Amino acid sequence: MRSAMPSPHAPFCKRFHKAMPSHGRRRVLGILGASAASVSVASLARAQSAAAPLDIAAYPALDQILRDTRPRWQSIAPGFDIRLVAREFGDHHSALTAAMAARKGLPDLMAVEFGFLARFAASGALADLSTLPGVAELSTGVVPYAIAQCRLAGGLYALPVDIGPGVSFIRADLLERARITEQQVLSSWEGFVEAGRLLRAADGPYLLPHARDLKDAIIRSAIEPGDGLYFDAKGRPRLDSERFRLAFRLAREVRRHDLDARVSAWSNDWAEGLRRGRIATLLMGAWFGGHLANWLAPATAGRWRTGELPGGARASWGGSFYAIAAHSPRREQAWAMLRLLAGDPALQLDAFRRHDAFPALQTAHQDPFFEEAMPFFGGQRARRLWREIALAIPPVGVHRLDPLAEEIVNAELDRVLIRGKDPERAIEDAARVLERRAERVRG
Amino acid sequence: MSAQQLQVAEPRPARVRISLIDRLRGRDPAVAPWLFLAPFLLLFAVFGVYPIAFSFYMSLHDWDPVQGLASARFVGLDNYLFVLADEWFHQSLISTAWLAVASGVPQHLVAIPLACFIDSRLRRTRDWLAALYFLPYVTSTVAIAIMFTALLSRDFGMVNLMVESIARLPVVGTLMPAGPIDWLNDPDRIRPAVSMVVFWRFVGFNTLLYLAALQGIPRELYEAARLDGASAWQRFWHVTLPMLRPVAFFAVTLSIIGGMQLFEEPFVLSGGRGGPDQAVMTTAIYLYRSAFEFSDFGAASAMSWILVLLMALLSALVTRWLGNRGDR
Repeated sequence: MRSAMPSPHAPFCKRFHKAMPSHGRRRVLGILGASAASVSVASLARAQSAAAPLDIAAYPALDQILRDTRPRWQSIAPGFDIRLVAREFGDHHSALTAAMAARKGLPDLMAVEFGFLARFAASGALADLSTLPGVAELSTGVVPYAIAQCRLAGGLYALPVDIGPGVSFIRADLLERARITEQQVLSSWEGFVEAGRLLRAADGPYLLPHARDLKDAIIRSAIEPGDGLYFDAKGRPRLDSERFRLAFRLAREVRRHDLDARVSAWSNDWAEGLRRGRIATLLMGAWFGGHLANWLAPATAGRWRTGELPGGARASWGGSFYAIAAHSPRREQAWAMLRLLAGDPALQLDAFRRHDAFPALQTAHQDPFFEEAMPFFGGQRARRLWREIALAIPPVGVHRLDPLAEEIVNAELDRVLIRGKDPERAIEDAARVLERRAERVRG
Repeated sequence: MSAQQLQVAEPRPARVRISLIDRLRGRDPAVAPWLFLAPFLLLFAVFGVYPIAFSFYMSLHDWDPVQGLASARFVGLDNYLFVLADEWFHQSLISTAWLAVASGVPQHLVAIPLACFIDSRLRRTRDWLAALYFLPYVTSTVAIAIMFTALLSRDFGMVNLMVESIARLPVVGTLMPAGPIDWLNDPDRIRPAVSMVVFWRFVGFNTLLYLAALQGIPRELYEAARLDGASAWQRFWHVTLPMLRPVAFFAVTLSIIGGMQLFEEPFVLSGGRGGPDQAVMTTAIYLYRSAFEFSDFGAASAMSWILVLLMALLSALVTRWLGNRGDR
C-alpha cells in the first residue's frame, strides 16, 4: 500500500527532474543506484564477516584438542562457531607460508610449531599480543623458557600451549641385564657413550636409535644465555661453540663402536626397535612418554624409566604455539580463544591426559595428576620430574634460518658418520655454508 | 583492356558486418574457434603461463614468502650465480642424474623386449597383461612409496627376509650379503632402492607405448625379411628397432623429463629429507625444500629455470640422436 504522505525528498526530486535531461537523469540515477548497491553489499559483507565463524588452523594432535575444546568455547561465546582447518604438520606450515605470501587467506588463529616461530613472527602477518588485555597475567603463569621464546623483535607474537622439556627414557631391564646402572648412563655425555659400549659388549641392544639423536641432545643443551641453537643474539652463526664439537665427536664415537641402531625417528624400524627391546635409551621431549605408553610400546610397560638428560643437561624439544593474524577481522574472538587455549589449566591438563601435550601453564603442573606414580615407568613419579626439568630449562633464541641450519649441520654430520670426515673439518664446512646463507639473508 | 585488367576492375563484394553480440554468439567464423578455445586458454593462462612467468620474475628477486610480495627485492642474476656456485645444487644434480640413468635406462631395455615378447607370443592375454603392467603407473605414488618403505625395512622388511632366505641356500647363498641390507639408511643402498621403485612404476607405461607401436608395424616387413632369410635377431634389429624409433624418441624424452623432475618416490622413501648424505636429494626436492623449508624462493626459482635449460639441452640431444635420423 502506497503512503499518502509526501516524500521528504520531493522538492529535491522536482528540482532534479527539471534540471537534468532524461538521458542524463538515467545516468546519474544509475551511478547512484550502483553506489547504493555497492554500499549495501559492503555493509552486508561486514555483517556477514562479523557473524562468520572463527577460522583456526592446526596440525595433529592440536586439531583434536581444538575439537575437544569446542563445548568450552560454546559456553564462552554462545552462537559463535569455530571453523577448524586441520592439515598434516608439513602441509599446515606450507599453507600458512602461502597465505602469508599472498597476504590473503590467513586464519584468525593458527598453531605454529617452535621451528617456524621466528620466521612467521618476522613476517609482519602475526599480531603483536603484548598490548592485549590480560596478556601480562597470562604470560607470568607460563613456563619461563617457553614464553621467552615468543618474545621476538620487541613484541610478543605467540603464546605456548604445550612444551617439550628434554628428558631421557631408559629400558631398565636391558641395563640390568648388562649390569649397568642408570647413574652410569646419566652421569655425563661421555658416561652415556661408555654405558653404550658396555651394553654392546654384553651383546646387548643398541644404546640409541641414531647417532644424530645424541648430537641433537648435546647441541640443545649448554647454550649461552641469549644465544639460539645455531645463531647468537645478533644473528651470527655459532657453530664454532664447544657444544657442536662435543656433539660431533661423541656422535662419531657412537657410530664407530656400533652403538646406534641407525634408524630415524618415527620409521618402522625405529618403532619396532623400541617395541622389541633393540634400543635401550631415547633422548626426547617429555611428551614422548605418553606416545610410548599409549601406542608405540604399551607391551613394554614397567620396563622403562625416565630421567634427566645425561650430565643434568637442560634442553627443550620443540613445543606448540598459537598466534593471531595481524589483520584478522575477528581479533577479539581469536584472542578469547587463545586465552582459553593458553590460559586455561584444566584444558591443558585434559590435553595432557588425552593427547600427551605437556602443559605450558605452571598452574596446570600443580594438579595431583603430576604427583601420580606411573606404572609404565615402574611406579616412578615421572610427571613431577618432568615438571622440575621444565622449570629449569633456560630460554633459547630462535632464528628464521634455524631449519636450514639444522639441515646443514645434519648433512655434515652424515659425512662424519658415513664417510668418516673429520668432525672439526665438518663443523668448519657447516659454518662456512651457513655463513654464506646467512649473508644472503642479511643482504 | 586486357581480361586481367577487367577482372581487377570488378567491384569487390560488400563485406558483411557482424555485430559484436553475433560475434560473441559464435556467428563469426573467425571468432568461433577462439570462443571454443577460450576456457582452455583462460585456465592455461591462469594456471600455466602465470606461474611460469611469476617463477621467472621471482628468480630475479630476493623474496622470503612470509614477508609478502611487497618485500621482494630485485637482485638481477644473483640467485642464478648463487645456485651455480652452491655445493648442494651440484650434489642434487649428481643425485638426479644418477637416479634418472639408473631408473630410466633399464625401463627401456626391459620394456622393448617385454613388449616384443607380449606382442609375438602372448596375443590372447596381451590386453590383460598390458593393463597389469600399467597398474603401478596409475597407482598413487605416495601409496607405492609407503608400501616400498615397509618392504625395504632393514630389520623387518620382506625384501631382506627374502635375501636372508636365499643366503641359506647352498650355492646362491654365497653371493648374498652376510647381514641385512640397510636399503634406506645407507647412501650407497638408497639410490638403487629408489631407482628400483621408479623403474617398477614406469616400466609398464613404456611397455604399453612400445606395444602400441609394435602393433603398427606392417607384418609384410617381417614376411619380406623372413623370405630374405633374416633370423629372429636380425628381424628385431633391422625391422623392429628402426620402426620403433619414433616411439622410442617420445618415450626416452618423457623419461628424461620425468627423471630430471623426480620428486615423490625419493621424497617419501627418504622421509622428506633427501636421504643419508643427501644421496637422493634430487634437484626437485632441493628446490622444494629451498622454497618452503628454507624460505628462499628466489634461489628455488633460479634452480627451476636452470633445470628447464638442462632438460631442454638433453631433449635437444635426444632429438639429434633419435628424432631426425629417419629424415636424413
